[in-house]
Amino acid sequence: MPKITYISSEEKITTIEVTNGLTVMEGAVQNDIQGIDADCGGGMACATCHVYVKDDWYDKIPKKTDGEEDMLDMAFEPNKSSRLSCQITVTDELDGLVVKMPSKQG
Amino acid sequence: MIKTDTLVIGAGPVGIFCVHQLGIIGLKSEVVDNLDKIGGQCIELYPDKPIYDIPAVPDCTGEELTNNLIEQIKAFKTNFHLNERVEEIKKVEKKWITKTNKGTEFESSSIIIAAGVGSFEPRKFSTKEIDKFVGKEILYSIRDKTVFKDKTVCIFGGGDSALDWAIELSNTSKVILVHRRDEFRGMQASIDKVTQLKEEGKIKIYTKYQLDAVQGSEKVESISIKHDDKTIKEIKTDYVLGFFGLIMQLGPIADWGLNLNKKTIPVNTESFETNKEGIFAIGDICSYPGKLKLILSGFHEGALAARGCFKYAKPDEKYRFEFTTSSKIVKDRLGVKE
Repeated sequence: MPKITYISSEEKITTIEVTNGLTVMEGAVQNDIQGIDADCGGGMACATCHVYVKDDWYDKIPKKTDGEEDMLDMAFEPNKSSRLSCQITVTDELDGLVVKMPSKQG
Repeated sequence: MIKTDTLVIGAGPVGIFCVHQLGIIGLKSEVVDNLDKIGGQCIELYPDKPIYDIPAVPDCTGEELTNNLIEQIKAFKTNFHLNERVEEIKKVEKKWITKTNKGTEFESSSIIIAAGVGSFEPRKFSTKEIDKFVGKEILYSIRDKTVFKDKTVCIFGGGDSALDWAIELSNTSKVILVHRRDEFRGMQASIDKVTQLKEEGKIKIYTKYQLDAVQGSEKVESISIKHDDKTIKEIKTDYVLGFFGLIMQLGPIADWGLNLNKKTIPVNTESFETNKEGIFAIGDICSYPGKLKLILSGFHEGALAARGCFKYAKPDEKYRFEFTTSSKIVKDRLGVKE
């Protein structure tokens, strides 16, 4: 199973195995990783699963849709490495992905 | 003090349909919602977007769904208390007393919380040390646009609110529009208008910038905005407006002792009652094994919660199951003429 690393805003590092097909958001929520709220449950309707994707990974993951970009306008402190973790589906290619959480969601 | 059988917190689709279910079994209800309109997330987040999983409705928009639900409860003449947020609840003997932030008080034998993911509140700037200006020169909504006349107004955001106000205020104020990226996500007509106003020199636009700092002692004098490439620009302005949409905040509900788990309220699946007698939770805010955050699930939850409220409203009566198709009493309640 691909390993995904979540870094909290206080630099706490958690690496877990996430089943292919789940999203990076679901991986966090199901494993009680703090810092990803996902209020809307993965519907791209709330921007509370916002993460920063490390530069070397940003271009490797599938591109964001317009809807995701719109929603990121409403995230807390978005920047050019921002993504919604509910829109990143885990595959073997993403083994080793590192995401960092903002200091708060929303 | 408003006396009713059941107080419904939240005027989203699930709250509205629950009013229907309460109504057909003969219970009166009042509804409170922090938004200025009925419809909850349907009306605030996706009024124009289609929904495809409402049973027997192949597709409808959030707005259509809301309007149909309002139509469906018309006969009950329910009062909606909009722009009000429930602040505190307390139990006095067998009744729940609920108070809103506007001071409205309710006395009811039961409460149904259909509050979704919480009440909608404006998303705010994350910039540090700006609190003393918020509500004065830094605003997240506009009550009186005349205060901006002949002033410089710096508007942040890329959606319809930001664009609409930029267009509107450009008639009487000097407007600077700042957005974190090049694309705006409002209606095309508004984007075109803003582009035109920019070309005519009536609006200044800075994109790929975000608010970095605010300068001023008594009042805002200038702000600094930071580009993606980290360069900083200082702008003199009288007002700063932020339109970043709304965020859902659980608010005071978190303090009611309902054993919250990940911002949701655990319930039993028989009546959707919480750990507190007479308080029920339905829709996105409730959790139980197998919970799906779907509108259709919320309708089912509301139907059962309404029956659960019956014994608190009418302790001396026995609830009798009836169909709307055949029951004369239910049809009378619905105002059906035969």
